[in-house]
Amino acid sequence: MTGFLRRRAITSLLPLVAVLLGVFFLARLTGDPANLYLPVSATPEQRQQFIEQNGLDDSVWAQMGDYLWGILHLDFGESLRTGESAATMALRAFPATLQLAFSTMLIAVVGAVIIGSWAAYRPNSIADRISSFLSMTAASVPDFWFAIIGVWIFAVGLGWLPTSGVTGGMASWVLPVATLVIRPLGVLTQVVRGAMVSALSAPYVRLARSKGAGDLRVVTHHALRNAAAPALTVAGDLMVGLVNGAVVVETIFGWPGIGKLMIDSILGRDFAVLQACVLLTAVSIFVLNILIDIGYALLDARVREKVSA
Amino acid sequence: MTAVLEAPSESRVSSQVALWRLLLRDWVATGAALVLAFVALVAAFGPMFVGDEAAQQNLLDANAEPFRLSDGWLNVLGTDALGRSVLARLIVASRTTLSVAVPAVLLSLVIGSLIGMWAGYHRGRRETVVMRIADIILSFPSLLMAVVVLYIFSPSSANLILVLAITRIPIYLRTARAESAELQSRLFVDAARTFGTRSSAIIFRHVLPIVLPTLLTVATLDFCFVMLSESSLSFLGIGIQPPSVSWGLMVAQGRTYLQTAWWLSFFPGLAIVVTTVSATILASWARLATDPAQRWRLTLPRGRRGRRAIRRAAEKALTPEVQ
Amino acid sequence: MSTAVMSVHDLTVDIETPNGRLRAVDGVGFDAVQGETLALLGESGCGKSMTAQAIVGLLDPVASVSSGSVVLNGTDLVTASRRKRRAMAGPELAIVFQDALTALNPVYTVGTQLAEPFRIHRRMSSRAARAEAVELMRRVGIPHPESRVDAYPHQFSGGMRQRLLIAMAVALNPTVLLADEPTTALDVTVQAQIMALLKELRNEREMAVVLITHDLALVAEEADKVAVMYAGHVVETGAVAEVFSDPQHPYTKGLLESVPVHVARGSDLASIGGTPPDLASIPSGCVYQARCPLARDRCVAERPVLHQVAKGRAAACHYSEEVSR
Repeated sequence: MTGFLRRRAITSLLPLVAVLLGVFFLARLTGDPANLYLPVSATPEQRQQFIEQNGLDDSVWAQMGDYLWGILHLDFGESLRTGESAATMALRAFPATLQLAFSTMLIAVVGAVIIGSWAAYRPNSIADRISSFLSMTAASVPDFWFAIIGVWIFAVGLGWLPTSGVTGGMASWVLPVATLVIRPLGVLTQVVRGAMVSALSAPYVRLARSKGAGDLRVVTHHALRNAAAPALTVAGDLMVGLVNGAVVVETIFGWPGIGKLMIDSILGRDFAVLQACVLLTAVSIFVLNILIDIGYALLDARVREKVSA
Repeated sequence: MTAVLEAPSESRVSSQVALWRLLLRDWVATGAALVLAFVALVAAFGPMFVGDEAAQQNLLDANAEPFRLSDGWLNVLGTDALGRSVLARLIVASRTTLSVAVPAVLLSLVIGSLIGMWAGYHRGRRETVVMRIADIILSFPSLLMAVVVLYIFSPSSANLILVLAITRIPIYLRTARAESAELQSRLFVDAARTFGTRSSAIIFRHVLPIVLPTLLTVATLDFCFVMLSESSLSFLGIGIQPPSVSWGLMVAQGRTYLQTAWWLSFFPGLAIVVTTVSATILASWARLATDPAQRWRLTLPRGRRGRRAIRRAAEKALTPEVQ
Repeated sequence: MSTAVMSVHDLTVDIETPNGRLRAVDGVGFDAVQGETLALLGESGCGKSMTAQAIVGLLDPVASVSSGSVVLNGTDLVTASRRKRRAMAGPELAIVFQDALTALNPVYTVGTQLAEPFRIHRRMSSRAARAEAVELMRRVGIPHPESRVDAYPHQFSGGMRQRLLIAMAVALNPTVLLADEPTTALDVTVQAQIMALLKELRNEREMAVVLITHDLALVAEEADKVAVMYAGHVVETGAVAEVFSDPQHPYTKGLLESVPVHVARGSDLASIGGTPPDLASIPSGCVYQARCPLARDRCVAERPVLHQVAKGRAAACHYSEEVSR
């Protein structure tokens, strides 16, 4: 298992390194990084001082060396707006997004498993058709639109829920999570349904029935575990997409997460903070992929063997 | 009471006709196709008729409510803060939205498929390199990438298309490569090779026709994603810039008037939903229709039939052999 | 003389297709006797597998039993409730499938799957059920069962997997055991072992075995009685020795003659001309008329009914006397 982890870690490191270098070069591609770092109103003297201070007059390779060195020490520089360490700001905002992401995926997975299994159990029935249509619609709804309509109806119109997410308390979670969960729930339901239909028509289900297994056992014990792998793959992709969604949702609801921080730092030309956030996101996705691979191995013995071979 | 089964028909013509008929059997898919065709028509020809109206400000008529025909049919969906007709702007925006989404999808489809098929056909190191690149691009949230890139390079229609296309290329890469790799080990490819056919010819003449249906289905679904992405980016202010108008931008612009003029944000979003849902429905129908092994699902009569995958007798009786 | 523990009578299975209803099994009837092996013999597509599926209640959703009865230990399986059927599946009726690899769930250990019948029907604890699983594995000849009980299906060879399938089927000492082509996917040497195992278990647990196969040699060696099927109908029944030495139906005779025995080099191999009828175009008279050397007008006009032609033997042919070798 550890050999497997090691190998996966190395192969997943590649995207991470690519992102690191990509961010570095992206900034310098536009010509003068100072333009990105400094506010537009900076005077030429300030600009010169900035360049010297940050070693922007060194060679590209020296700069890259500094950059990578800084990363290894988790030093991304300071925020242009607040002067705080960029790394600190990013790490502070991260848990808020994690909470959002975690609750969203929990609801999406549980919901998808229940609805998808039910639909697969009675394929082409009315319930199946309705749930298919609804899940397709859910997968197609623009989250930002859903969010503001939700705010309009529930917060402004009915006054049931708060309009922003910073007031705390359970009520302020409802709209952000509901907005974020819609797409993953829709997509995952369809995937689970498809995988369960395959699993339920497999020969081992027939065998189980011939042993006297009831429907509940067939669905939950036999079919579900076999349907889990494709669902896991899609869930992993969705988690990546969740970062996309988080950006929009956090912006609309003022949720103090890393998505909002990224947008704010972009608009505020705070490239140091942006870099820190981007890297933090990349690392978490990297960790996520490893967790998913572990999940595959846990589910299916054949994967375990292929991996330790 | 013996039933008569159709003799297997192999001609391409009859299989295309069968495709239309298959579509009409499923009225939901037909509806979706009609909606998409309608949107395409509106995007193509609409601005010719209402282009001026969309920009026409009429401050006396600002923030008029929808569904009142007293102001003329043009304002049936209401007007915005500057008195511009929402309906007219919707129509003009459809062209902008589609003119970003369609080229982006086409670009990524063509590039991704070609490279993917090439990589899958040749296998070995070429395949590995291509797949690594695809992994790298895919392991990053596309919206974020787009936001960063567009911020640095400034948002323009062309940049938007480019960025969206690049983030979606891996999807086609993966699909095309997987199918191509599976096919290249097949006998008919070896046969072509023994005739001395060049790889490119093999890819175009043999691999492409087989992979095309899957790719088109993927493209249809991807169209939804790209549309949603463009809308999100425009909403965030990094996409289409005013005075141009896209559905996403309209939603953003209407946000401040939510309490007083809800229709400004509502209808553009609705347009997005309707278009996206139709594309998704059509894609899922297409996935079944273009796969001969699955096509029987569409031919079953409605009701309690077709509960689970059916083997042997039923399939034998239903599916004519299609090569 | 042992008694018939399961009686199949006039079983009919129809398939729904968009072009209409097709009849896959038509009026099939036979008895399974305790301690004996009955073979359902026929070509691919003759409906023998579908008959087995209909008996155990595992038909595909588009197929359904439209008439007939299957009486097992006093209960008619066709009309029984789902709950009753489920209660009988395992303790009274069991089936061994053909392809052991796909029939076993790849994500669970064989121990878990073998223990399942005990957990479902006897509500045993997992520990007790596991012990039973180990014993079962030992009984069917899997070496080192204590260590292999936690192995996964893909870690066994084909023959071992088939033994596991058999073990699962006989776990609760069913009255009737159906075996659907149990050895078709196996090597010849393994085949012999598996069939020997089946026979042992049959005698040990006093089961009635119904063997579904297309292999004449297998029938000759392993079965006591045979019911020959063609195009969804049973065309001949009787003791194997008698039927094979003196067939009373042209199809049976044709089958027997197409087995190459004493064939001189260079001469043609005997076979039955033509192919079995499409389900959609089964003739209204005798189903075998198209390929029968004895076919006459009466065969086209009137479908022969399975009737007794000698003690313990029946055939569905108007002219069975003419069939004798």
